[in-house]
Amino acid sequence: MITAAPPVTPKKNYINATEGLKSWLLTVDHKRIGILYLLGVTFFFALGGLFAALIRLELATPAGDLVESNTYNKFFTMHGIIMVFLFLIPSIPAVLGNFLIPLMIGAKDVAFPRINLLSWYIYMTSGLFVLTSLFMGGVDTGWTFYTPFSSSYSNGYVVATGLGIFISGFSSILTGLNFIVTIHRMRAPGLTWFRLPLFVWAHYATSMIQILGTPVIAVTLLLLVLERGFHIGFFDPAYGGDPVLFQHMFWFYSHPAVYIMILPSMGVVTEIITTFSSKKPFGYTFIAFSSVAIAVFGFIVWGHHLFVSSQSVYAGMVFSILSYVVAIPSAIKVFNWTSTMYKGSVRVTTPMLYALGFIGLFTIGGLTGLFLACLGVDVHLTDTYFVIAHFHYVMVGGAIMGFLGGIHYWWPKIFGKMYNEGWSKLSAVVVFIGFNLTFFPQFLLGYMGMPRRYHVYPPEFQVLNVLSSAGASILGLGYLLPFCYLIWSLKYGPDAPPNPWGATTLEWTTSSPPPTENFEVTPVITQEAYTYAPEEVVHVG
Amino acid sequence: MPQRRSFTLASHASALQHHFENIEQQKDASTIGMWVFLVTEVMFFGGMFLAYFVYRQAYPAAFASASNKTNLYIGAANTTVLICSSLTMALAVHAAAMGKKNLIVLFLILTLLLGGTFLGVKAYEYHDKWVHHEVPGRNFDCEGCTDAAHTPLFFALYFGMTGLHATHMIVGAGIIIFLIMKARKGVFNAAYHTPVELFGLYWHFVDIIWIFLFPLLYLIDRSGAVK
Repeated sequence: MITAAPPVTPKKNYINATEGLKSWLLTVDHKRIGILYLLGVTFFFALGGLFAALIRLELATPAGDLVESNTYNKFFTMHGIIMVFLFLIPSIPAVLGNFLIPLMIGAKDVAFPRINLLSWYIYMTSGLFVLTSLFMGGVDTGWTFYTPFSSSYSNGYVVATGLGIFISGFSSILTGLNFIVTIHRMRAPGLTWFRLPLFVWAHYATSMIQILGTPVIAVTLLLLVLERGFHIGFFDPAYGGDPVLFQHMFWFYSHPAVYIMILPSMGVVTEIITTFSSKKPFGYTFIAFSSVAIAVFGFIVWGHHLFVSSQSVYAGMVFSILSYVVAIPSAIKVFNWTSTMYKGSVRVTTPMLYALGFIGLFTIGGLTGLFLACLGVDVHLTDTYFVIAHFHYVMVGGAIMGFLGGIHYWWPKIFGKMYNEGWSKLSAVVVFIGFNLTFFPQFLLGYMGMPRRYHVYPPEFQVLNVLSSAGASILGLGYLLPFCYLIWSLKYGPDAPPNPWGATTLEWTTSSPPPTENFEVTPVITQEAYTYAPEEVVHVG
Repeated sequence: MPQRRSFTLASHASALQHHFENIEQQKDASTIGMWVFLVTEVMFFGGMFLAYFVYRQAYPAAFASASNKTNLYIGAANTTVLICSSLTMALAVHAAAMGKKNLIVLFLILTLLLGGTFLGVKAYEYHDKWVHHEVPGRNFDCEGCTDAAHTPLFFALYFGMTGLHATHMIVGAGIIIFLIMKARKGVFNAAYHTPVELFGLYWHFVDIIWIFLFPLLYLIDRSGAVK
């Protein structure tokens, strides 16, 4: 599709262009910053996973025999905070988005390379705040920080953690800002909006949420810190405030934040499915605008987290209907992925396995979301394991499957090495099985009434809890496998060609790994992003 | 790969960073970046404005009586000072566009002085509130206020909103000092003065926030109609 000089394998690429730790820590190359982020998010994923393991270990028996309830509160809080703010939010945008957006639009870098590096340092600083509070004794408020417990009663280190999340918000804002300007102003000649890869559209929508939503959580946490630290009260009724206002402000960001996690993942899945079906994505504009629609609708549904608060029942009805509406653009995506595969020449590779897993799990996660959007049903299901299972299907089954799929898909481009196909396929299957075994029983538990955030439960729930804990250990193994064989591939894997998958987007036209300046010559775009030779389609059809 | 260059370097050509095609693209990108940043700032202040509207709607009497505790004359005078600083900032941008180095420095210094005056007056007002026990907390006492349970909310919002505004002014003052140093070295000329122009946007934004804060905090029920 691209009229550029045929890629030659250069001796110099972005990895070996300069050497030494300093050249990495002071780099302004978007590709290296992506790698720095990869190291950061992998560390926090492992740490958050550790807390998940401790939670599942405690829940293997009905009695609270491993830790005290206070400690258990800290476990699920640290699990939630680390996974949401330090892993899921930055995972795909800051790693894959950072690495790929300039490559996909034929740019030499993002618009503001130094701000890009700054955002990584801000992210690591916020991580230090959270780690500090963790080592001092942790927080027990849940990742939602509801007032007045968090502001007046909790014994945890709320201020340190709250400031950590406040700071991490700025790294997210700066990443979003950088992407928006980059996508607007850095596209190669001829690359019109409707020639952009759909991954870029998904990140554009994500960035919109990041810049519009994140400042609100930042100011909310600032008010929380003022209330807890200085008794300048806004939410605690003792100061005349209203705790429900905190919930509104918190979810005004935190509901759209779910789409910060899932939209980039959807972008990844679109790329994978298109490539491995060797076929134009079905309904390009629908997929592109459904990303934007999800971002827009995401901002007007937050009240469905407050159905059992003192929110007015009429507001509840409106939020309920609006929440159903989000299902439309989400379903458009699922239908379009499925239609893309229809009559395509589907190749079942590792990234494709993850993408297929994503479709299945995201569909379950999305449909159970409709149960919770329904006012009457939600009253029964609020704060039960049904909610836990639902959002893990979206965040883990959706976002993390997409992240792993993307890592596998672009690994040859990022590091110039191929990984072992057998092991990687095995890991995708293990993750899928482990995931379902962990979280499907939680739907049943929640439906039967097991509440979230308790470390003791009635004995009749034990069978399902043991299943869930067993699944979690399989899932853990599934996550450990890629960690091993991917690192192995860095040293022993065969060199990757520029375009190992036969993909058509721009990043595959440069060498693997790309040179520091991305392209030898700035590419000129004359075609759409996904143009497969017609004979391939005829052959299959 | 060409040597990376900072855009603060003097000559026109070297102000272009390596990853841009030309100076227009670079300026465009910076300008859009600044506007997007200001959008995030609107949302950032927006959270506090939301809290203000919710609580004022719920407790109008408490807000009306607490608002009367603010010093109208000092607030009005300070508003004038801030509007004047916006004028000098606009003049600094104009001087930069014409490439008049000495005028840029002059108007930036005036902006800094006016901004400093505003912050000084604000500090005086804070001190006054402290002396009169009008800072929320243990020693809070709003003498003669109605609905005593909810008056602390007004002052919490007063300090939260003006404090966040003042923080932005302090950051702005730091950037002005940086720009003055650059301008004295002759970095800015008619062809390249993006930092001055974009900082102007920031400074006007911070002023506009105050234009909203002043009536919301100082001008509720000065006639005494709300009971």
